[in-house]
Amino acid sequence: MKTLVWVEHDNASVKDATLHTVTAAAKLGEVHLLVAGSGCRAAAEAAAKIAGVAKVHVADNAAYEHALAENVAPLIVELMGHHDAFLAPATTTGKNVAPRVAALLDVMQLSDILSVEGEKTFTRPIYAGNAIATVESSDAKLVITVRGTAFEKAAAEGGSAAIEDVAGAGDAGLSSFVGAELAKSERPELTSAKVIVSGGRALKDSETFEQYIMPLADKLGAAVGASRAAVDAGYVPNDYQVGQTGKIVAPEVYIAVGISGAIQHLAGMKDSKTIIAINKDEDAPIFQVADVGLVADLFSAVPELTGKL
Amino acid sequence: MKILVPVKRVIDYNVKPRVKADGTGVDLANVKMSMNPFDEIAVEEAIRIKEAGKAEEIVAVSVGPAKAQDTLRTALAMGADRAILIETDAEVEPLAVAKILKAIVAEENPGLVILGKQAIDDDSNQTGQMLAALLGRPQGTFASKVEIDGDHVAVTREVDGGLETVKLSLPAIVTTDLRLNEPRYASLPNIMKAKKKQLDVKTAADYGVDIAPRLKTLKVSEPPVRVAGVKVADVDALVAKLKELGVA
Ligand SMILES: Cc1cc2nc3c(=O)[nH]c(=O)nc-3n(C[C@H](O)[C@H](O)[C@H](O)COP(=O)(O)OP(=O)(O)OC[C@H]3O[C@@H](n4cnc5c(N)ncnc54)[C@H](O)[C@@H]3O)c2cc1C
Ligand SMILES: Nc1ncnc2c1ncn2[C@@H]1O[C@H](COP(=O)(O)O)[C@@H](O)[C@H]1O
Repeated sequence: MKTLVWVEHDNASVKDATLHTVTAAAKLGEVHLLVAGSGCRAAAEAAAKIAGVAKVHVADNAAYEHALAENVAPLIVELMGHHDAFLAPATTTGKNVAPRVAALLDVMQLSDILSVEGEKTFTRPIYAGNAIATVESSDAKLVITVRGTAFEKAAAEGGSAAIEDVAGAGDAGLSSFVGAELAKSERPELTSAKVIVSGGRALKDSETFEQYIMPLADKLGAAVGASRAAVDAGYVPNDYQVGQTGKIVAPEVYIAVGISGAIQHLAGMKDSKTIIAINKDEDAPIFQVADVGLVADLFSAVPELTGKL
Repeated sequence: MKILVPVKRVIDYNVKPRVKADGTGVDLANVKMSMNPFDEIAVEEAIRIKEAGKAEEIVAVSVGPAKAQDTLRTALAMGADRAILIETDAEVEPLAVAKILKAIVAEENPGLVILGKQAIDDDSNQTGQMLAALLGRPQGTFASKVEIDGDHVAVTREVDGGLETVKLSLPAIVTTDLRLNEPRYASLPNIMKAKKKQLDVKTAADYGVDIAPRLKTLKVSEPPVRVAGVKVADVDALVAKLKELGVA
């Protein structure tokens, strides 16, 4: 089987999400990559070094700069003329683009796969991860999004794939990019961090969140996450949300502070290696999944903890 | 302009789903069912656009069992004008739902279709993007802001790095994220009024759409269970644990 993997990149380097997806693709067959962007040669060269990759297709065109689904989906469909499976990481970009490709190919997408069980058989979470379905596709071609935390990263170095330019039709004339407000942070990225400190509704407001959660995260070199309640209330931006409908994380250590442990939150973090919870309610559901629990008021416990580290 | 809002009947988000002992699926017998939360947000957004004078009619559509009429009545009670149920007892996959919606779009000609970004039962996150593809229309997914301006719509999207705004030509497809709005509760008088609103019942065959599944579910199993660990007495004990774990 020949697979085509969507490369998530910033025109210069390749994002980790791609490396997890390459591992999933390699279980199906030969791995080809697609780098679509504008001035993305450096990203294509970085992609060609990923271990196990046979070929890198590069589509360098202003119309692909922001990965607008209307523009990149036809390009992928064209390449799928000679590939059997399209795989994208289950990032917001992958989730935006892949179903558009699937519908154009008239196939049912397999969302957020956790494992490759056979040529056409995969497992995937349903009902906020409270059930795992094993599904078999009957379609001629496969379109898949991959849950990063379920697959190891492929080695970023060691490969020497051929780079081939592809043209593509460019701008479909349906949509345009207006602008972005992207968070800049010195902290590690949520989805690749070793340690995460997450705060919930109990943090009261954005100042309190900043005052209590950030120093602890800094001491631990941790990324910062949040529950939906904390994001909805404006304590932190939307990209901090961990959960069923936010980011899926699986760090070595996840510290939940003032988070109750609703199933939608657990869906995003229960594959963390060690879960630590600080909550003043000893019956909070988060304690049912926590390896280490501290029943305490966070407003005294967190500063004390930060001070003692 | 007309707005079409597809709404799905799903397990209520407060219910913890249980896997059936025979591994064929999740037990939905006697379980509370509700409108998919993202679809409530979609209905709310459509109503706000209509209230702002930018739309005249809101049509809610559901593909599902007879009971999905309740879900449609909820949409009508919130403020949708009319509803269509495509009745089936089968589990219809996103691709087939998108094909049915495409046929309805051909009849109704909406300027906007607003869907949820994700159904909380299958967690597919596909239908809106698929519908946009089948119609050859632009898509504004994971919306946290929707602004109609003449023959365009600006959609602010929740993306992994923060927010992004795209401009789409109308007609377009939008899918909702959590921060788009806070859905209203239907008032009692509006619930009564909704009972009299038009609700047509059709089948997929009426639209000539084949809903045979492409994916076969071989098995549904419980995820690995985590067992509760220890509770530590104080912060010092927690510091010791963090040292043990090598993170402090
Ligand atoms: C469609 C849908 C999608 C969703 N997606 C997500 C998602 O992706 N991620 C997500 O997180 N949620 C999601 N949710 C929301 C989820 O259902 C919960 O509402 C949310 O996770 C609750 O956040 P919380 O734990 O911060 O708040 P709460 O449930 O209010 O919990 C606050 C906790 O803080 C504790 N506390 C209060 N004061 C203190 C103190 N001084 N010291 C210590 N502890 C204290 C309380 O005991 C309580 O346990 C979703 C919901 C829906 C309907
Ligand atoms: N059976 C259905 N009936 C009506 N709308 C649906 C149905 N299935 C999916 N949708 C719509 O598509 C969105 C995304 O669903 P999904 O792609 O299944 O995650 C939902 O939020 C609904 O708006």
